[in-house]
Amino acid sequence: MSTYFTKDHEWLKIEGDIATVGITDFAQNQLGDVVYVELPESGKTVAQEDEVAVVESVKAASEVYAPIDGEIVEGNELLVDEPAKVNEAAESDAWFFKMKLGNAAQLEELMSEADYKAFVETL
Amino acid sequence: MTMNHKGRSTRAGEAGPPMPHQTFTGNKALDMEEPLIFEIGHMDNCGVDLDEPMDFVPRLGSHMRTEPVDLPALSEPETMRHYVRLSRNNYAIDAGLYPLGSCTMKHNPRLNEKLARLPGFADIHPLQPISTVPGAFELISELADWLMELTGTNAVAMSPKAGAHGEQCGMMAIKHAIEAKGEERSIVLVPESAHGTNPATAALVGYKVVAIPAKSDGTVSVDAVIEKIQAHEGQVAALMLTNPNTCGLFEPEVIEIAKAIHEAGGYFYCDGANFNAIVGKAKPGDLGIDAMHINLHKTFSTPHGGGGPGSGPVVLSDRLAPYAPLPFIRKNGEELEIVETKDQLKEGELPFGRMTAFFGQMGMYVRALSYIQSHGSDGLMQASEDAVINANYVRVGLQDLMSLPYGERPCMHEVLFDDTFLKDTGVSTLDFAKAMIDEGYHPMTMYFPLVVSGAMLIEPTESESRASLDLFIATLRDLVMSAKAGEKDRFEGAPFMSPRRRLDETTAARKPVLKWVAPEPTRVEPELA
Repeated sequence: MSTYFTKDHEWLKIEGDIATVGITDFAQNQLGDVVYVELPESGKTVAQEDEVAVVESVKAASEVYAPIDGEIVEGNELLVDEPAKVNEAAESDAWFFKMKLGNAAQLEELMSEADYKAFVETL
Repeated sequence: MTMNHKGRSTRAGEAGPPMPHQTFTGNKALDMEEPLIFEIGHMDNCGVDLDEPMDFVPRLGSHMRTEPVDLPALSEPETMRHYVRLSRNNYAIDAGLYPLGSCTMKHNPRLNEKLARLPGFADIHPLQPISTVPGAFELISELADWLMELTGTNAVAMSPKAGAHGEQCGMMAIKHAIEAKGEERSIVLVPESAHGTNPATAALVGYKVVAIPAKSDGTVSVDAVIEKIQAHEGQVAALMLTNPNTCGLFEPEVIEIAKAIHEAGGYFYCDGANFNAIVGKAKPGDLGIDAMHINLHKTFSTPHGGGGPGSGPVVLSDRLAPYAPLPFIRKNGEELEIVETKDQLKEGELPFGRMTAFFGQMGMYVRALSYIQSHGSDGLMQASEDAVINANYVRVGLQDLMSLPYGERPCMHEVLFDDTFLKDTGVSTLDFAKAMIDEGYHPMTMYFPLVVSGAMLIEPTESESRASLDLFIATLRDLVMSAKAGEKDRFEGAPFMSPRRRLDETTAARKPVLKWVAPEPTRVEPELA
């Protein structure tokens, strides 16, 4: 299993041909209290950088993008009832959606955890 | 994900300072705890006697109500007290300076109210025969003439009922104009500093929104617009731009931007929310706009916010005029003809439909025309000048202590500060704004526009005297110095002295209580000794 990060503050964990996607702990911290999450429908085919989910904090509404091409297989229903989970466990239980990898080559352009940490330092 | 970390923080307030002692009533002198009207009103206390209706045959069938309506009923003095007490907990332009940027909270002259209450205007009904209200249509037509004159356009759709409704009207006219040419376009360009209603309107009308980044000086460059036009060649339906923009700056390249969007076959929608800065000084039509809404409730002093309905007429360029919605007034020389249905249309009139049941907010039309005619063209121009001078007076009075994101240069009718000056004080924009409430001011617009960090957008309007501005400036200077001196207690958890303390917005959003439910009546039997 390996974990990748994007410049849009999302993480994805790869298990076989399934990627679990969420927003980073840095992102939830910057957003403040999350009050609403809108998830994508299962079975939807998406391209990299398509807007697929919405996360709303008391500060503002933000889009969550598909980090790679693929097909949505599951949304995390837990977040619908408990959006606060995003603040508590952004990089574990509060994943947003799972998707089937459409183009594994795109992973190579994403950041490692160390790269992402260095990237956040520059912000 | 997009990450707007320039938004507001959401801490709820802690408990307030101790009171000398708790009062029996819970009131604090003039600050009274007023229950909901449903909690104090009871049908058996009704202050109105209505005769029993005469015999009638109900035609409601199964829709007939069987449960009591359970409306609150109060006597006239109880009703008066309820609303007067509530109003004393409210901040209003009639109570003090209201520096809300991008909203133009100006004084509503009482002359407007006097004229709006004339029975010939106040008592007419939208369903009475048109032949009985020629004066009302003459007034609408007269106001329309003024709006066209002030904007340099030849057409105006009067019926939209607020700014965002006007945006929808303008964008639907654009969409129909494009479809009439047999074209399909999918994209609307919107600068990052735009009002949130702009991208929302574009999306509602069915377009995809592409953002245009602001230049480092807070304005939009024609190059950035051309870049997006080229990136989406043949797809750009319109550009939506506010001028002066939400940073309080006049867009210097607006004419070139209009030209670029027109050359690409698109239309220029101008958000007129900030028209108050340029009325009588510049005509948007001369700048190349195709549609612009005018918030009568901002620019032309009709009541605003809780005080009255909005009204958002949209002026249209000649290219869009044929698509103006029904109903409209057609001028045949001096004669006014009311066009309400499609069978009345003449060649070249292609309305996209109808947005309102009737002709719009009549009461607002009376007030706006009263404001316009009592000011005259010279007075309108002076109002714009004074609005700009007042904003710059505030800017100069504060720029050494607060931080201007785009440098010390003149602004238009509103001045934008960012939160750089609060760095390392532990005080946020939200805390600062809330502390203003304790000082008796409504806060400025905060955390908008999103293009600067912790924005504070101040629009004093032309209504304020120099003495009023001096006190406002002195108050803000005192707050800034207090924050910089480390007096965090004045800010954290503020306001301390308002009827309600800082609200817990997180819980309000996560667990909203959207419906009031009457408590079960409880009767406590007195214990007998």
